Amino acid sequence: MEQNELLEPFARMLEAVATPALVRKVEEGEGADVMWNAVVESGFLDALVAEDAGGFGLSLADVGPLFQALGRFAVPLPVGETMIARALLAAGGAALPEGAIALSTGVADGEAIVPLASVCRHVLADRGDRLELIAIAAGAATDTGVRGDLSARVSLAGPAIATLSRPEGGLRAVAAVLRSALISGAAERLLEMTTDFANERVQFGKPIGRQQALQQNLAVMAEDVIATRISSQLACAAGLGSKVATAATAKAIASAAAARIANTAHAVHGAIGISEEYDLQLLTRRLHEWRLSDGSEGYWTGILGAARLADGPALTVDWVREHVFA
Amino acid sequence: MFDTFNLAQLPAEDEAIRPAIRKLVEDATAATPADIRARSWLGFSREFSLRLGAEGFLGLTLPKRYGGQERGPFARFVVVEELLQFGAPVAGHWIADRQSAPLILHYGTDEQRDFYIPRVCKGEFLFCIGMSEPNAGSDLASVRTRAERTDKGWVVNGQKIWTTISMHADYMIALVRTSGTPDDRHKGLSQLIIPLKAPGVTVKPIIDLTGDAHFAEVFFENVELGADALVGQEGEGWKQVTAELAFERSGPERVYSSVVLLDAWVRHLKAVGRTDSATTALVGQYTARLATLRAMSIACTARLVAGESPVVEASLVKDLGTSFEQDLPIAIGDDLAAHPDEPVDAELYRTLKFVTHIAPSYSLRGGTREILRGIIARGLGLR
Repeated sequence: MEQNELLEPFARMLEAVATPALVRKVEEGEGADVMWNAVVESGFLDALVAEDAGGFGLSLADVGPLFQALGRFAVPLPVGETMIARALLAAGGAALPEGAIALSTGVADGEAIVPLASVCRHVLADRGDRLELIAIAAGAATDTGVRGDLSARVSLAGPAIATLSRPEGGLRAVAAVLRSALISGAAERLLEMTTDFANERVQFGKPIGRQQALQQNLAVMAEDVIATRISSQLACAAGLGSKVATAATAKAIASAAAARIANTAHAVHGAIGISEEYDLQLLTRRLHEWRLSDGSEGYWTGILGAARLADGPALTVDWVREHVFA
Repeated sequence: MFDTFNLAQLPAEDEAIRPAIRKLVEDATAATPADIRARSWLGFSREFSLRLGAEGFLGLTLPKRYGGQERGPFARFVVVEELLQFGAPVAGHWIADRQSAPLILHYGTDEQRDFYIPRVCKGEFLFCIGMSEPNAGSDLASVRTRAERTDKGWVVNGQKIWTTISMHADYMIALVRTSGTPDDRHKGLSQLIIPLKAPGVTVKPIIDLTGDAHFAEVFFENVELGADALVGQEGEGWKQVTAELAFERSGPERVYSSVVLLDAWVRHLKAVGRTDSATTALVGQYTARLATLRAMSIACTARLVAGESPVVEASLVKDLGTSFEQDLPIAIGDDLAAHPDEPVDAELYRTLKFVTHIAPSYSLRGGTREILRGIIARGLGLR
């Protein structure tokens, strides 16, 4: 399928249902159903489900731009997570539940903070040797107490509705690839907003974007944005059964870049950027959330470095060609 | 932004030449210690350049009718990647193959193409770049070297400096002023091919801080050239140089300059069996950055394949690439000295010191960090 044929209707749908005002409402606990139903009706939740199981049968590389769009619009619902969960469930022959599905990628079976769990009915949880779909009982998700944060503390003790075999690298590797794409989409939007602002904001009699000091910082921001985009595309190209080293590369790069990108966006905007009513914070808060979700740069560089030192070719270029590139 | 700058794959037919170049490079470098291989594309061997030419590994992007292989930038990427990861001595033909021959192909006359390009493809004609002058570094438009028209052609007076491999090269493509004054900036500049054996040319090598002499000063005193020394149009030198610099900045050589040190360090870590979390995170960080830069470099090569001149993309890759290349010796130095009781072999020690000392040049040659970031800022619409 042509890339634009897929992305355009999806982006158009998000433009209508995920405006900054509607995103704020969902964060405040209202209107998640309306936004979610629009996503359900679009049909995209089964984009990664095989065609013979009733889905679009698309690859992760095809769907990567959709993940980026979710990041770009700061969508506060687990759309990408649910797409991945439904594909894994369908592949494992399990029935597909209604509603949003969160991903719990730690192997804890007690309590865990699960991203976006407060708007989910189910969690697909990694048990270390298998994946289990469990229901979130009414009232069983506890608010984290962070403003606008839809993560929740969830008990993972519940009985399994479905049990699946665990992909290589577990759920965390594929979730990390999703995060890298979300970061990439939000980062690109931040670069546009920040460049536009720098061209409009006048101080000392000229747009601040004419100052070399700002230009140099924005150039570095662009480098981070492109590095995140291309490493994320590399990881998406490896597919749902993502190679661990490829996922590690993408998330390590995206997480390290996310913090720098958020910093530069705020530094250029000045005080207006930290005000609630300005849209910048919708994106920078997401960057920090996704940076930490499913392993930060410190986690993934550790995984990648251990793999590099364990075995494989002696030369780094050879090693990277064999382990990171598809 | 930069919507066409996306992941690209090396085509299978270009990957297919890897085993052949690899065998040649492995044989040629097997006995060379890491600190010599770490010279990367500053290591010179005319014999090696001739051998690459004889075996068809030069002129990969150039047409067959001029002795090239007509394979394109992806094939060149594969060959260059193998040459650089082993630290083969490629300085001799590097500039001729990467930018001089493509420049002559694009802007030269039929006679110039027939004369120069086949010999570049054989590794026989080595070129250097005559851009920098004592008072024209980043501000290249202020060049003062002059060429005056005569009955027979041109007479050149002036000086170039920091000219890599000029002491070994056969020709220089020099950016010179052919009309006006330095105040005319981008106007009145032209590119001339100057044979470095011509009367009136003096080349004085400059010793660098590592003790090597990879660059030199080149003086021109009434150097007489034929009318056919001009490449492209008189007065179009600035436009031609800009296109040439995109070739210079877009290759994987801007990513792999210190990769021989990275490999020597990993070999050391494996030998001493160090696997603590600080070590694995550091190795992982540099592995992730290298993998990403490789993907970005292939993405940039894809723009060359599409027939574009990816000036902004190349600047992005080069700035990020040289940051990686420069951070590496600092991080490895810290890591090794943070484990003072670990034995470090003499070869790794020399490699680390060499790369540490030469690394500042990585973000000077081919356009400084600040100039590149200015180009990126312009690409963002900021100036």
